Amino acid sequence: MNPCTREESMTIAAARLLWNRCVCFVGIGLPSAACNLARLTHAPDIVLIYESGTIGTRPDVLPLSIGDGELADTATCVVPLPEIFSHYLQAGRVDVGFLGAAQIDRHGNLNSTVIGDSYITPKTRLPGAGGAQEIAAHAKQTFVMLAATPRSFVERLDFRTSAGFLDGNGARARSSAHGGGPRAVITDFGMLAPHPQSEELQLTALFHGASIDEARSKVGWPLALADSIDTIAPPTAHELDTLRALNARTKAAHARRVEIPL
Amino acid sequence: MLLTLADAIERFVPDGASIALEGFTHLIPFAAGHEIIRQRRRDLHLIRMTPDLIYDQMIGMGCARKLTFSWGGNPGVGSLHRLRDAVEHQWPNPLLLDEHSHAGMAAAFCAGAARLPFGVLRGYLDTDLAAHNPNIRRVTCPFTAESLAAVPALNPDVTILHAQRADREGNVAIDGILGAAREAAMAAKMLVVTVEEIVEKLPPAMNGIVLPHWVVGAVVHCRGGAYPSYAQGCYARDNAFYQRWDAIARERESFSAWMDRHVLGTRDHAGFLAQLRQEAA
Repeated sequence: MNPCTREESMTIAAARLLWNRCVCFVGIGLPSAACNLARLTHAPDIVLIYESGTIGTRPDVLPLSIGDGELADTATCVVPLPEIFSHYLQAGRVDVGFLGAAQIDRHGNLNSTVIGDSYITPKTRLPGAGGAQEIAAHAKQTFVMLAATPRSFVERLDFRTSAGFLDGNGARARSSAHGGGPRAVITDFGMLAPHPQSEELQLTALFHGASIDEARSKVGWPLALADSIDTIAPPTAHELDTLRALNARTKAAHARRVEIPL
Repeated sequence: MLLTLADAIERFVPDGASIALEGFTHLIPFAAGHEIIRQRRRDLHLIRMTPDLIYDQMIGMGCARKLTFSWGGNPGVGSLHRLRDAVEHQWPNPLLLDEHSHAGMAAAFCAGAARLPFGVLRGYLDTDLAAHNPNIRRVTCPFTAESLAAVPALNPDVTILHAQRADREGNVAIDGILGAAREAAMAAKMLVVTVEEIVEKLPPAMNGIVLPHWVVGAVVHCRGGAYPSYAQGCYARDNAFYQRWDAIARERESFSAWMDRHVLGTRDHAGFLAQLRQEAA
């Protein structure tokens, strides 16, 4: 078997954070792969919610969009989108929210809106908040997945789309956010987690083959280290086989020619 | 009222109108958007949670002056390049943004549907969006004194949806992922629905989504009207097309050439689909 890529390592590490029967609000991309890998391995009764309104969905292939027909076909129920956000997320019925972003800061605040100094005339216009800011506010905890470079792990966000621990040291708890905030950041060298008091993200675990030096070189602020840094167990053959089969099915399905209706 | 698509757009979508073409990934009314482009509408206020390819096309073709939205990407693929070009370089014209989160925009549609002045939510907490959008404000709960976010109701001049079927009376039935389509329909001053088929009588739908005939202003029979989005039970989302769009829309020249050939160069949606089928063969 080919050695696993960092992206596969990230997906598998994220899947392991999920538990059976947990209610998980899923975003597209790596989070969707991680959540479905968990469902296909150790967490068969995980409840996956996509913001399009599909609840308890069990897709055979990963959706390209958040609202592919596959999600509706395999769901326990499909509800209107306003209900997903008000009756489920805002009402506190989501255990885990999975988020990506273009930028993250040391307190787990996220930017997915603009790169550059100006909101009106940005250097790069990103897609925007979507469901992210309310997931960040209301999910009991969030996991964040993004690859690390000094341009994505930054000292100062260009725009705060979604709140993490704000300025740390209990600032979030003093705000009116009901959810618990980011508990883990899964990136390509390993994982970060908030320090219990300062709430600054610190290095807690490395993938096999990654080093503290690599982590420091990819993070744009002086990276703090946890008291002990774990090495994340390499993927098992079962995890890797399941993920690769899922990705292969997905790729074939997305390339399949659709009969143009007439 | 049963109309052709060209007549419905001609009558109900004047220059300067605020319009919501809703449907969350599913049932996006592409045919209606293309007809608006063919009729060269200008200065529209476009409203959609996810602008998707259809608003990317309308923005790139110069139909829009303002966009109300909450997530502006090509799902699972990347950027909407025409939306980005409008924001970053004002091409083909400047675009005013009224940007929300999904929850905020859903609340605004719900308020609009109920003809309330604003929607309320626990949202926009400790984030930067409110500083850039005067349509996001705070209100204090009169009972608990909690500070909550408020957004003005959305009441589009026209909402356009695509659905699987309508009956002869004009009742409309929708199956599958809804997004905020129902709320956008009820919030509108005028509702136009394009449908895959028109049947004598809809099957009884105890808790299914039916828009009753007196809230539906016009019905248009338009098969394949959501393509390359999809209609559950009729045809699948063309994910390969969504992936191809990235390269088509990346440069102004390739975008304009594609739109000239496939939208401006075809008479109607049947012509658009026939041409794509021919190219695929």
